[in-house]
Amino acid sequence: MVGAACAYYAARSGLHVTVIDRGPVAGGTTGAGEGNLLVSDKEPGPELDLALLSTRLWRTLSGALPPRIEYEAKGGLVVASGEAGMAALRDFAERQERAGVKTEEVTGDRLHDLEPHLAQGLAGGFHYPQDAQVQPALAAAHLLRAAGEQASGRARLRLRLGEKVTGVLKGANGEVRGVRTVSGDLHAPYVVNAAGTWGAEVARLADVHLPVLPRRGFVLVTEPLPRVVRRKVYAADYVADVASGSAALQTSAVVEGTPAGPVLIGASRERVGFDRTLSVEVLRRLAAQATRLFPMLADVRAIRTYAGFRPYLPDHLPAIGPDPRVPGLLHACGHEGAGIGLAPATGLIVAGILTGEELPLDIDPFRPDRFGGAR
Amino acid sequence: MPDSPSDERADDAYGAPYDLAVIGAGCAGLTGAVTASELGLSVALLDTSGQVGGQFYRTPAPALGAVRPEALHHDWSAFADLRRRLEASAVVHLAGHHVWTVARGSEGDTEWVVHAVTGVDGCGERPVRVRARTVLLATGASERQLPFPGWTLPGVVGAGGAQAMLKSGLVLPGRRVVVAGSGPLLLAVASSLAAAGARVPAVVEASGYLGYARRPGALAANPHKLAEALVHGAALLRHGVRLRTRSAVTRVHGTARVEAVTVSRVDRDWRPVQGTGRRIACDALAVGHGLVPQTELATSLGCATRRTPDGTYALELDGLQETSVPGLWAAGETGGIGGAQLARTEGAIAGTAAAARVLGQPALTRSRRVRELRRRRDRMRAFADTMAAAHVPGPGWVQWLNDATDVCRCEEVTAGAIREAVADYGARDARTVKLLTRAGMGWCQGRMCGAAVACLAAGPGAASVPPSPERRPLAVPVPLGVLGALDPDEADGPVS
Amino acid sequence: MARDRSPAELVGAAPEDPFEISFDGRTLTALPGQSVAAALWSAGILAWRTTRHGGRARGAFCGIGQCYDCLATINDRPNRRACLVPARPGDTITTQEGHGHAGLAV
Repeated sequence: MVGAACAYYAARSGLHVTVIDRGPVAGGTTGAGEGNLLVSDKEPGPELDLALLSTRLWRTLSGALPPRIEYEAKGGLVVASGEAGMAALRDFAERQERAGVKTEEVTGDRLHDLEPHLAQGLAGGFHYPQDAQVQPALAAAHLLRAAGEQASGRARLRLRLGEKVTGVLKGANGEVRGVRTVSGDLHAPYVVNAAGTWGAEVARLADVHLPVLPRRGFVLVTEPLPRVVRRKVYAADYVADVASGSAALQTSAVVEGTPAGPVLIGASRERVGFDRTLSVEVLRRLAAQATRLFPMLADVRAIRTYAGFRPYLPDHLPAIGPDPRVPGLLHACGHEGAGIGLAPATGLIVAGILTGEELPLDIDPFRPDRFGGAR
Repeated sequence: MPDSPSDERADDAYGAPYDLAVIGAGCAGLTGAVTASELGLSVALLDTSGQVGGQFYRTPAPALGAVRPEALHHDWSAFADLRRRLEASAVVHLAGHHVWTVARGSEGDTEWVVHAVTGVDGCGERPVRVRARTVLLATGASERQLPFPGWTLPGVVGAGGAQAMLKSGLVLPGRRVVVAGSGPLLLAVASSLAAAGARVPAVVEASGYLGYARRPGALAANPHKLAEALVHGAALLRHGVRLRTRSAVTRVHGTARVEAVTVSRVDRDWRPVQGTGRRIACDALAVGHGLVPQTELATSLGCATRRTPDGTYALELDGLQETSVPGLWAAGETGGIGGAQLARTEGAIAGTAAAARVLGQPALTRSRRVRELRRRRDRMRAFADTMAAAHVPGPGWVQWLNDATDVCRCEEVTAGAIREAVADYGARDARTVKLLTRAGMGWCQGRMCGAAVACLAAGPGAASVPPSPERRPLAVPVPLGVLGALDPDEADGPVS
Repeated sequence: MARDRSPAELVGAAPEDPFEISFDGRTLTALPGQSVAAALWSAGILAWRTTRHGGRARGAFCGIGQCYDCLATINDRPNRRACLVPARPGDTITTQEGHGHAGLAV
């Protein structure tokens, strides 16, 4: 998704772009995500600024791309079971408001107006009207297609799928000259590393250190249902889990409906490498938490589950921008669980750097060399 | 044999670890379970059905009072013998148990946790957990389906499905039933339908049956297969059933239900020959294109697979039926389609091998009897491979489709939508087609459309590309209430 | 060989007493030990579900619980595999429309 967005904005700026992927479109984490476009879960700071910009860009993209990408400006609802949780939510929302997030407090007695199937007895929650969702694989495929269509005049977009990059070509002064793939060399003055969870490998090909690690998550998918959950609904502890750096398993159910019918239930986080083996304990926790939020789900069947690997960087911020260690190399990876949401802003920034335009925000916090220069 | 545990004794039946858990009570699982039990292992035998026998020996429920169930079966005495051994054994038969995953227990590869749901489908299922030191996967096969215009019309049923409904429920889908597709199962289905009173105007086989002739040695070494074919052939002759080879049903006619089919000649690559279509009146069509090993429980645990000559994936097994994951064995169709007799042979080898491991007596697997079983297995496997190669779908089958044909029955995804995802949106494999079109995302999780979607995803000219090995971490749907109510301490092995 | 032979005659079935079930308000006879799908087939009924998008009629296809095409609403509970659920006296089967959960929509 991030690569597709970089290609889209770069092609729109009149550049020649070639997108290379060792697999198909959306073959990595994009195809394993839920398509979250969230501001509600983000602390005030550089990531939230990026998310707010992306929220606006996604709204524009939703007009430019076909409805099949399933963009829904549905809003998020964060609920708290007790007064202590509610107080913490209130404090968090106040700080977000100051950073430009729209929030609305919802009292316990009004929760069912928003979500009729929510459990009884919850203390209340906060509604975030800016939260939205897309079907990520379709969004990436349509964004790439739109990138190809809008590339006019000089600009060209080429898609080379199923082609693995095996090396980064460098000139006499260590600057990037292109990439080597299984099918041969491709020359270009700029290379953007948008390899997501595998971004560390691509960085290594260019002899730089970028510590992207996989953080595994499972999603449970239910049988097809009518719309039973209107928004993205989650419990207050989700925010703490997202912000945590622990390798241990954390689960906090995020429940949402989809236009296609199934309800999706995320989100677990654990650092276990690239292990796809099903964890019964993760499924148990997700199911238990989801049915506590929505008791009617207890009779509904899960028909599928899948694991994905979020690209995790130790400070939870992505790497976006030029790598001072290798002229011509840019990074656009490490967005953890927010890559779909943050993709347009990332793509816009990358295109801006490539064309020398003024950037929409300060990218210093995303410096790719902030984890040290050693390989 | 103790019956299925009632609710009151559930703790006894499910609590203590068994030496061996066998998943699937067909020929392979049944033989494996009784063999291991006779060698002294404690064995749990889990199966979705109420009765043992699997798909091959499916029998009516006792209440139907069938006094001659063997009239619908080949080689009944072998099954009767297995049932006698089961009744005399201490095997705990857990009927009506749908296994959704097998997980590693706290002892790593020496303890397994089999998670299942039991109870009537869609109404009050409850979770069951069976622990075992070793596991035998004998989950059999499902039918391979290839779509064609009209295949979703009521009255079009799987060939194996028609057979199963007949064997268990004593019912037919219609009075005039065309049987079509490819593979030796078609002859068996046609002869049982005819024996049970249906008229079978034609058996339509896309292959030429010439493949067998190319390997006469394998055929001569497997006289029971010849005998079986002769029995079906004779029955078909007696009922006036005509076998049309190198032909396929290329269209189904009817509005509310099947009224007729068009049968066309096909070339060696299964491409329909223009102008050869003939209409045959019928009120049902039983169709199938061979069988696909059900391997998802094993692949979820990382068991290696191999490509089979008929374009599917089966589990990679060693000489004693063990998968690439120590402690997990497989027998029967999960290791490659080969029929009931091969399944029994493999079940006996696997049951012995598991007993040898648990009892610490490797000599058990070196007996004369096991050596003889292994020789028989190798002979039958060779024949099965010959047969498989003869019925591998030709790449031209995709020309049966028009863009409006539903390929994914659950999500109603057409061939046109899949071709568009491949041509215009960068899909190169079944997974990406699924993400972009929802083909394979519905209730059946691609079991019906998987083979077809993989062919279409591979693009023109690559139509016999098999789907990648099945990965379905949830082997059956599980109610969220059941998942959420699992015992937290016992859900998994070591926290990773 | 007699062409009009039935499956029950072939295996010499002597079932226990038949009972009544209903399908979309119509009374049918079922035999003990039959699945709901088998009981419907013996009454000549091949479809008891309509699809979510196209509204097309579907019934049993694979016959062994794998295709989920035979989902029916049985005694007001939707999405039950008719080929697996045993018929019981007094069962009320209704044609399931789409996902079968219209009552849950918000």
